[in-house]
Amino acid sequence: MSGINDFADIKVEDLNLWYGSNQALQDINIKIPSKSVTALIGPSGCGKSTFLRCINRMNDLIKVCHIEGRVKIDNKNIYDEDVDVVELRKRVGMVFQKPNPFPMSVYDNIAYGPKIHKVSKKDIKGIVDKTLQDSALYGEVSDRLDSSALDLSGGQQQRLCIARTMAVEPEIILFDEPCSALDPISTNKIEDLILKLKEDYTIVIVTHNMQQAARISDYTAFFLMGEIIEFGETNQIFENPEEKRTEDYITGRFG
Amino acid sequence: MDPRTTEKLAFGFLRACIWIVVAFVAILILYIVIQGYSIMSWEFLTEMPRNRMTEGGIYPALIGTAHLVAISMAVAIPLGVLSAIYLNEYAKESRSTWIIEMAINNLAGTPSVVFGLFGLALFVKYLAFKPSIISASLTLALLILPVVIRASKEALITVPLAHREASLALGVTKWKTIRSIVLPEALPGIVTGIILSIGRVAGETAPILFTGAAFFLPRLPESVFSQFMALPYHLFILATSGLNPTETRPIQYGTALVLLILVLLINSIAIVIRKHYRKKLHR
Repeated sequence: MSGINDFADIKVEDLNLWYGSNQALQDINIKIPSKSVTALIGPSGCGKSTFLRCINRMNDLIKVCHIEGRVKIDNKNIYDEDVDVVELRKRVGMVFQKPNPFPMSVYDNIAYGPKIHKVSKKDIKGIVDKTLQDSALYGEVSDRLDSSALDLSGGQQQRLCIARTMAVEPEIILFDEPCSALDPISTNKIEDLILKLKEDYTIVIVTHNMQQAARISDYTAFFLMGEIIEFGETNQIFENPEEKRTEDYITGRFG
Repeated sequence: MDPRTTEKLAFGFLRACIWIVVAFVAILILYIVIQGYSIMSWEFLTEMPRNRMTEGGIYPALIGTAHLVAISMAVAIPLGVLSAIYLNEYAKESRSTWIIEMAINNLAGTPSVVFGLFGLALFVKYLAFKPSIISASLTLALLILPVVIRASKEALITVPLAHREASLALGVTKWKTIRSIVLPEALPGIVTGIILSIGRVAGETAPILFTGAAFFLPRLPESVFSQFMALPYHLFILATSGLNPTETRPIQYGTALVLLILVLLINSIAIVIRKHYRKKLHR
């Protein structure tokens, strides 16, 4: 991974997105600082997940999706024609709403990415051990690396998915409501993990859970109807929002 | 009526339906086994038919059918599975894809005798393959192609989008995702489609009627361009236009029994393969 500046700053400029004739994102401008956790909050359908999927170009998979504007990572617009999407997604990992391990063993789930990216067998073993430890999963699954990932609990599956993402050594990890399908204890473990991960990764997380945003994020962006209403340090957004609508949403008056 | 009585009645009715099906299959198999059992011997399997097919074995027909299955599957499986991958994973939704899919569905419902005539026109006449193993095998391959494509496509559709997304999000190309995630997960379903096709290839008579199956040929085919005997056609000949249909009845049932066992045998191999892949999938 030569020449990649590990100061992975995400700069979004005048981003507009349409599904067919339906505008889902409007004039998004935001600078996401590196090595920190940025939470995207807002009511359902406000465009926060859509925005998240712009950062690793997952929206490319949707045929009717049309995008204008720039998303710059290390000052390079990832929507430029010379950008290799596959290479981009290696740098920008994603953890999904529902845990989605492959129907393979625990070991193979983590080894999948490195194996495809031609990491040697010996090194893969080390990567699996390390990511399992980093994702706080090692103690729970070290004796059943060869059994099916589908036999793990939901929370363990989600941490496995995080480990799988870390195994390809991204700089940025996107979380799309990673705890919405999990119980409070599992949620807690994932939150602890995210706090630990921000030492090494830039993290963007979509969440419906206000407390979660307050607990783990350094910065928060409030989305409403495809626009960013307010973006700032989490403390400021939660304690002293500039916008009335932000305050209304955070205090539960709507949404 | 009391809901519990209704439930009992409904379940009873459903159970009766399944018993009727089981009974038919059991009677069919039992009848063939009982009628054909007496003639079963090593010689029956390994000898040429003698005395105008009223004596001897079915060796050439057995070999002919084995050839048909092998060659037609060798053609139809790769062609069908790869087409299904293209249709499901790559083709954009458009009018032409819609037409292609409609054509495949209609092809699956086309009577096999039509395929026979088509094979005669294309392979035997136009491509000048003559009536031969290759003509008949290609005709049979065309016959089962829509079945293989449809089954494969159904199997591909059931692979969750979440697994594809997970792989793509790891910076894996679409083709590698298909190869390492989608195909292995779809394989048990694809194999099921193939199992169904094997039975059809082994049992079809009409498509090989015009394309190379011989009435009587007491020798083995020399190459894929030779004519051949096949089990279903042999059975048909013995029962309808043989020298003595009544006297050769045991041979007829013996042939039917061999055909049945052959298909069951190939199917069990396919089922073992399917089980193996299911296990590998950790389901």
